[in-house]
Amino acid sequence: MNSEIIGVIIMFLATIALAIPLGSYIGKVYNGNKTWADGFLKPLDSIFFKLSGINPLKEMNWKQHLAALLTINSIWFLFSMFILMNMSWLPLNPDANPSMSADLAFNTTISFISNTNLQHYSGESGVSYLGQMVLMLFQFISAAAGMAVCAVVFMAMKEKTTDQLGNFYNYFVKSCTRVLLPLSIVIAIVLLFNGTPMTFKGKDQFVSLQGDTVNVSRGPAAAMIAIKQLGTNGGGFFGVNAAHPLENPNYFTNIVENVSIILIPIAMVFAMGFIIKRKKFAWMVFGVMTVGFLLLLLPTIYLELQGNPAITKMNIAQPLGSMEGKEVRFGSAASSFWAITTTSTSNGSVNAMHDSLTPLSGMFTMLGMMVNAFYGGVGVGFLNFYIFIIIAVFISGLMVGRTPEFLGKKIEAKEMKIAAIIALLHPLLILSGTALSSWLYAHNPAAYAGWLANPGNHGFSEMLYEFTSSAANNGSGFEGLGDNTPFWNIACGIVMLLSRYLPIIGPLAIAGMLAKKKYIPESAGTLKTDTTTFGIMVFAVIFIIAALSFFPALSLGPIAEFFTIK
Amino acid sequence: MKQNIFPAIRLTFVCIVIFIVIYPTLIWAVAKVAPSKGEGETVTVNGKVVGYKLEGQSFTNDQYFNGRPSAAGYNAAGSSGSNKGPSNPEYLQQVKDRIDTFLVHNPTIQRASIPSDLVTSSGSGLDPDISLQSALIQVDRIAKARNISKEKIESLIQKNIEESVFNKIKKINILKINIALDELK
Repeated sequence: MNSEIIGVIIMFLATIALAIPLGSYIGKVYNGNKTWADGFLKPLDSIFFKLSGINPLKEMNWKQHLAALLTINSIWFLFSMFILMNMSWLPLNPDANPSMSADLAFNTTISFISNTNLQHYSGESGVSYLGQMVLMLFQFISAAAGMAVCAVVFMAMKEKTTDQLGNFYNYFVKSCTRVLLPLSIVIAIVLLFNGTPMTFKGKDQFVSLQGDTVNVSRGPAAAMIAIKQLGTNGGGFFGVNAAHPLENPNYFTNIVENVSIILIPIAMVFAMGFIIKRKKFAWMVFGVMTVGFLLLLLPTIYLELQGNPAITKMNIAQPLGSMEGKEVRFGSAASSFWAITTTSTSNGSVNAMHDSLTPLSGMFTMLGMMVNAFYGGVGVGFLNFYIFIIIAVFISGLMVGRTPEFLGKKIEAKEMKIAAIIALLHPLLILSGTALSSWLYAHNPAAYAGWLANPGNHGFSEMLYEFTSSAANNGSGFEGLGDNTPFWNIACGIVMLLSRYLPIIGPLAIAGMLAKKKYIPESAGTLKTDTTTFGIMVFAVIFIIAALSFFPALSLGPIAEFFTIK
Repeated sequence: MKQNIFPAIRLTFVCIVIFIVIYPTLIWAVAKVAPSKGEGETVTVNGKVVGYKLEGQSFTNDQYFNGRPSAAGYNAAGSSGSNKGPSNPEYLQQVKDRIDTFLVHNPTIQRASIPSDLVTSSGSGLDPDISLQSALIQVDRIAKARNISKEKIESLIQKNIEESVFNKIKKINILKINIALDELK
C-alpha cells in the first residue's frame, strides 16, 4: 500500500547485512585474532595500555572482572558529579547555562554511567558544552563497559573448564578503539555533510522572514549524536533528540541513525556465535529476538499509519497517519520503526514524541523495554537474554526429566536462584516504582499537579513509562511527565543504578560459575539448544516472565486508553 | 578493589583525553570543510540572514504558507513537542479549534481535505516541512491575500516539491517556498 514501508524494510535489511560481518569482526577482536584494522588501531590500544599501566594479557576470573568494572564506574560517578555541579564557572559555556542541582546531577550521572541517558534536563539550556562533552565520554565508556562484560560471558561459554576469562581492561579498551570510535567517526562525518553542526560557538540570532527575532542553539552536536546512536545511549544533544532538524536533518540521516541503533546489538549475537563456534546457536538467538521484535514492530506501524481515531472523528484527512509529535520528513512508518528499535534495544533516542503515540503503540514501546532482550542494549541486551536462556534450559530439563545442561555445563540450584532473582528484579522495580508514584499522586493530586501533562489512563502510562524506561536503562520518556523534581530524580536514579549493575553481576556470576564446571560432551541425551523447539521454549519463557507480569499495569494504562478512544 | 583503583583512574584519564579532546577536535576539524563549516547552514535574502536552512520558522501571516503548529513556538533555542496524549480532551479541543481557525482563514476549503499534519504539532516544534496537500489547500487564501493568480502559486508549489527516494512523502519546505513567494511578482 504505502511507499513509507519500503523505507523501513530497507533500514532493517541494511542493518542485518552490516551486522553479520561486523559480528565476526567483533568476535575476532575479543578472541585476539588478527583483523584488517590491526595496522592502524593497534598503536592506539598500546597508548591506552601503556599510559594506564595495564597489562592486557593478565587473565582475570569473574570476581576480578566485577571488581574492575565497579571500581572504574565509581570513579566515573565522582568525576561526573563534580563537572555537572560546577558547569556554570567551568570553561566551554558560551550560553551561560547553569550548574545542576544535586538531585538532578545524581540522576544525570547515574543515567549516563549506566548507559541509560534518561534526561531530566534539556540539552539547549541545561548543560554547557563541557557538560555535553563529558556526557559524550560516558556514552563511549558506558557502552564499552557493557560490551566488555558481554565479552567475558562469551569467553565463559566456550567449551572448556577454566576460571580465567581474559582481561577486563583489554575488552573494554578494544570495544572503544576497535568498534565504537571508528564507527562514530564515520557516522559523525556523514551527519556533518548533511548539516548537523559541530561548532563551539554559542547561540546565533537572526530576524525571520516574518520579522520575528529568533535565537538558534548550536554546538558540538555531530560528535555526540554518532556515539549516542551507536552505543545504545540515546541522550541527545538537543531537547527533542533526533526529532530536531539539526540533530537528524533528513530521511537519509534518519536511516543512518536508525541503523546505528540496532547495528551493534545485533552484531553482538553473531560475535557470540563466532567466539563459541556455534553459528547455529547464534541464529537461534537471533531468530527469537527477531520474531519478538517484529511482533512489536508490525502492529505499531499499522496503528500509526491508521492515525488517531479521535482525530478521524473530526472528519479531517490523515494521509500521513497520526502526526502529533512526528516530523513530516520522516512520516509515521519510519517514526514507528525508530520507536520500536529504540525501546527494544536500550537506546532511548527518539525521532517522534512517544507521549503522543496512539495508545497501543505506546504499549508496544513499553513492552520492548519490559522484555529488554529483543536485541537489547550493546552487550547488556545479550546478558538479559542469557538469563532467559538459563531459565528455559532449566524448565525444559525438568519437562523431559534430565539434568539441565547448557553448552555442556550443568545448571544447578545456585545458578537458577541467581537467574530467577534477576528475572524478577525488572518487574519488581518497575511495578513498585509506579505503584509508589501513583499512590502519591492519588492521595495528593494538588501537590503533584505538575507531574502529569495528560489526565486519566494516559497520565498513569506516563508514570509507568518513566519507571520502565529507567529500569530498562533506556532513557526515552513520555516527556509530558514533569520529571525534574527531587522525587523523580532520586527514584529514577536508584532504579537505574540497581537495574544496571545487578543484571550485569547476575549473568557474569552464572557464566563464571558454569565456566569452572566440568565440561560434559554432548550425547544423545543432551538437550539441544540450537533448535527451533528450544527457540520456542525461550520465547515462551520471555512471554510469561516479561510480558505477563506487566499485563495488569498495561491494562490500567494504554489498554484502557485504547478502549476509551476507539 | 585496591589493585584496580590506580589503573582505573589512569585509564579514565586517557579516555578523557581521547574522547573529550581528540575525538571532538577531529570531527570539528573535518567540519571546517563541511557546508557552512559545521556552524549551521543559513539562508540569506538580499545579503541578510533570514533563517536556518534546516529549521522551520513561524509563519502565521495569511500571505505566507503557514507551517505546522509548534509546541515550542518555533523557538530554535528551546525545541519541544506538545507531549499531548491521543485521548487528552484538552488537546482534542485544541485540534478542533485549529481546524475552525483554518476554515475561517480559508473559507473555500472543505473540512475533509485538511490533512492532519497542518493541525497537529510536530515532534521538535521546528518542523521545516508541511505535506504537499497542506500546501495545496492554502493556495486560494494566498492568491487572494497577495492578489496573484492561483496558477502561479500552484506552479510554484510543483517546483518546490521535495521527496526522499526512500519514503516518497511529498513535502514542501516552508521557508524556501515563502522566500520564492516573496520573489514572485
